[in-house]
Amino acid sequence: MDFLIEAIIAFLIIAAGFFGIVGSFGLAKLPDLMTRLHGPTKATTLGIGGVLIASMLYFIGERGEFSWHELLITLFLFLTAPITANFIAKSFLHRRMSAEERERLPAPGGEHGWATFDAPPVDPEDEAPALAAVRRRKP
Amino acid sequence: MIEIALLIGFFCFAIALILNLYRLAKGPSIADRVLALDTMVINGIAILILYGMYEGTAVYFEASLLFAMVGFLSTVAYCKFILRGDIIE
Repeated sequence: MDFLIEAIIAFLIIAAGFFGIVGSFGLAKLPDLMTRLHGPTKATTLGIGGVLIASMLYFIGERGEFSWHELLITLFLFLTAPITANFIAKSFLHRRMSAEERERLPAPGGEHGWATFDAPPVDPEDEAPALAAVRRRKP
Repeated sequence: MIEIALLIGFFCFAIALILNLYRLAKGPSIADRVLALDTMVINGIAILILYGMYEGTAVYFEASLLFAMVGFLSTVAYCKFILRGDIIE
């Protein structure tokens, strides 16, 4: 393999290891969950992206063929990381916030409150029939 | 050169896994533990891919793809269970 490609691969692996360790250190060190979320969602995602790019270059250099698996894994992880972060933050808000803490949340800027606490008002015309039946059965 | 870089990468991600394990054991709230598990899955995928490069085989890509999918699904299922008390409504 070319020396330059080897150097790039080695650099990518070490940078990825650094980012991975920074993300997990942030997870272990930062004071509360909303700040802790930043470590894994940003630094660790960057770290795994570096590892996958290094692996892609390695298999191009080693066998001369392009493999799609890494792109698939990268795409999947980059798509799912924000979703999991959103879900974890939502469940944290749901479990830990007392009524007066909810008052201190910033205003969402729309017409109704945060979706975790406040169901948005539903237009009866574009509601699914089954859902409308459930809603009508509630007092 | 790549071998040394791979060893350094293994070391970094192993320490990352230990830090995640610390947060998983300590984490004051359930959301902390779910987040620690999610990060452990991501670090495990990184170690799997590094190991695939170390061995020079492409076998581990399927495993890491499955790992990514199962990790995502389990995180979402945990959070859904915390949020709604039920997974499939």
